[in-house]
Amino acid sequence: MLDFPRWKTIGISIILVLGIVFSIPSFVPERITQNLPGFLQAKVNLGLDLAGGSHLLLEADVADLQKTQLANMEKTVRTAMRGERGPDDDIAIGELSTAGGKISFLVRDQSKLDAARDRLFSETQGAGMTGQRDWSIDIVDTTRIVMTPTAAGQRQAIANAMDTARDIIDKRVNALGTREPTIIRQGDDRIVVQVPGLQDPQQLKDLIGKTARLEFRMVDPNADPNEAAAGRAPVGSEIVPYAEGASAGAPFEVLRRQVMISGEQLINAQQSYDPQSGQPVVTIRFDSGGSATFAKVTAQNVGKRFAMVLDGKVLSAPSINEPILGGSAQISGSFSVASANNLAISLRSGALPVKMTVVEERTVTPELGKDSIRKGAIAGIIATVAVLVLMMVVYGRFGIYACIALFFNIFLIIATMAAFNATLTLPGIAGFVLTIGAAVDANVLINERIREELKRGRRVFQAVELGYSEASRAIFDANVTNVIAAALMFWFGSGPIKGFAVVLTIGIVTSVFTAVTVTRLFAARWLHAKRPTSINI
Amino acid sequence: MRLLKLVPDDTNIQFLKWRNIAMAISFVSIVLSIVLVAVRGLNLGVDFVGGQSVRVEFTQAMPSIDVIREKVDAIGLGEPTIQQFGSDKAVSVRTALPEGDKAAADRAGKQLVQGIQKAFPTAKTGSVETVSGKVSDELIRTGALSLALAMLGISIYIWVRFEWQFGVGALFALFHDVTLTFGFFALTQMQFDLNIVAALLTIIGYSLNDTIVVFDRVRENLKKYRKMEIIPLLDLSLNETLSRTVMTSLSMLIALTMLLVFGPDVIFGFTAAMLLGIFIGTYSSIYMSAPILVWLKVGPDSFVPRTSAASAGAERIERKDDGAVV
Repeated sequence: MLDFPRWKTIGISIILVLGIVFSIPSFVPERITQNLPGFLQAKVNLGLDLAGGSHLLLEADVADLQKTQLANMEKTVRTAMRGERGPDDDIAIGELSTAGGKISFLVRDQSKLDAARDRLFSETQGAGMTGQRDWSIDIVDTTRIVMTPTAAGQRQAIANAMDTARDIIDKRVNALGTREPTIIRQGDDRIVVQVPGLQDPQQLKDLIGKTARLEFRMVDPNADPNEAAAGRAPVGSEIVPYAEGASAGAPFEVLRRQVMISGEQLINAQQSYDPQSGQPVVTIRFDSGGSATFAKVTAQNVGKRFAMVLDGKVLSAPSINEPILGGSAQISGSFSVASANNLAISLRSGALPVKMTVVEERTVTPELGKDSIRKGAIAGIIATVAVLVLMMVVYGRFGIYACIALFFNIFLIIATMAAFNATLTLPGIAGFVLTIGAAVDANVLINERIREELKRGRRVFQAVELGYSEASRAIFDANVTNVIAAALMFWFGSGPIKGFAVVLTIGIVTSVFTAVTVTRLFAARWLHAKRPTSINI
Repeated sequence: MRLLKLVPDDTNIQFLKWRNIAMAISFVSIVLSIVLVAVRGLNLGVDFVGGQSVRVEFTQAMPSIDVIREKVDAIGLGEPTIQQFGSDKAVSVRTALPEGDKAAADRAGKQLVQGIQKAFPTAKTGSVETVSGKVSDELIRTGALSLALAMLGISIYIWVRFEWQFGVGALFALFHDVTLTFGFFALTQMQFDLNIVAALLTIIGYSLNDTIVVFDRVRENLKKYRKMEIIPLLDLSLNETLSRTVMTSLSMLIALTMLLVFGPDVIFGFTAAMLLGIFIGTYSSIYMSAPILVWLKVGPDSFVPRTSAASAGAERIERKDDGAVV
């Protein structure tokens, strides 16, 4: 066990050097790492409990989503039964019921039952890879059609809605301009939002809680202001209030009911400056369909006004100065930079496909986090030094080897965590402590065994060799059990327990390597070089 | 340079002589812990009961807990739980969340923070945590599940690697450690949250490490001294591993004491639990897992092929029945 071929020595040295190199970015401030090459950018992220910030766990209201889908399918059914080629193409249906989450209706003309089913079938979709449709269509009593959402379809719908919701929340949170927010899906119907450094989660919750529906509609030019003030709008129009603080004049606008362009067709909205006046403006851009519609409408309505309506509140109602043909428009007005920015964010953020509620919220102030890190680091250093001194006093040279190995172990854990982009949390530090303890213990086991073998009268070489081989068995068993525990915690545990498990798993691997292999290399090189006849251990 | 020897070379403590007394003490402690948890209950943090908690740090002298309770009670969110938090100038204030209404629950967080700021203008509020009942139920479930599965998985591994008696011994030792830690938290009423579950897992990991080291030596000695009685053999194994046990425990104790004294107050409960766990874990590997090996009749034949073991084993067990077995 004390023979190290050259390739092994070189391999071990390379791993140790890499460990130190890749742990560097985690220790130095960001302004230094910025100048480093790309592969040295990865660093250990600090969890919110250490770095400070806000953590929100959002849960989708699945029942609400299903209700919306039922309502949409009802609309689809009615449209489909009306037919595309005029009245002759209609299929007359009786009372339509949506009770029990199913759509059920009577087809008056029995000969058209199959045609009705075919039309509906083309409105349903495959549900992912399951081979199932999202709705099943059944004929009951040869007169009724019953449509039931399939389980696969509902799962698919939730998954789609969650993906969209995640993207939208991502957009909204990024619009806050904070550093590196994390927005990830968790489980079937949850989204985790973590924003380091954010102090006031209320702002975040307001942003997320918004179920924005954005519409572009024409202002009714013929509305009588006095009539409108009395709450009466012309036929085909309605009175829509302004959003809080959005209007300098009247608190409402009279708008055409018809939606000119819907929010989905908006690609981007940004605060910028008018090149001539230097005033803050908001630049909006539509997709191709939206651009075409916008061009047509603006060409027909120069001099009139249109309104941007978010969730039934008017955000802004600019006049159309000229036809806008390119799909990109500039909204000017009495904006400040902040109000222009706010309007841009509101326009950008779009609508959430499903209602989300906050089920868990945690905020840690950065001071507290900093305090935790500082005190944790001080305590960690004192603890490490104390343990190292103890090791040296008790085991002499072999204790020093163990100490050096321990330092390499710390670097290797940090480097591995950085490579996996893992997050260090308080429970993670606990895992750290446990692995350091296990590493120390491994060396204690080995060194005690060497002492024992020497006591039994073995020669130095043999004693060291036996010390490593005999102790390895217990070290192996102890670490495998810890890996088993860590794996189970990782699969079944939640947040903090997972953080603990990750560090523990990484630490176990690195600590076995440093505490057993690396110290053995040191010991072997020393023994081969000096060939001592007795050792002080 | 003369090196320090923590345990003299010729140490020979008859650990197992006290096994019945130790077992009795362990049994009583376990029962007491269960009673304590049942009667006093655990001071569960928001992680496990739901609700909201705010950390309040006083820059000047801290008012008495009663004064704080009175003022927070006046905010109107129900009776708060107030608890000193690590340092002597910080408390955690916990209240329930309004049931049902999501908007009300949302407002409650603001209300609590603003109410505290109004009542104590010089205090700093930080670390607001809000956990809904649904999530806290899940956290309890996943926490308990991972704890139980970790214990079970470990025991199965030890069964496979050693013998089933060893697996049972390890499981009992772990059960002992976890129960006593629960009892400790019921006794001190320190807040029990997810971080403490991580501490429990660490204790399990440590205790297990200890148990395996002892078991490994027992296995080795069983093969080596095939004629030795089980009790002297266990004593021998424990003594042989004693210097290692002392050294490792001492290292951990030093490290944890430093964390307890100098470390951040947010991990005070965590470190306290671990410190206790080191004692319990070391004790349990000596007095829980080893005596169980006696009762479950582990013998030299446990590690030799089955065929030749049958007859020899019967005889040996016979002999043991006269003296050592309880």
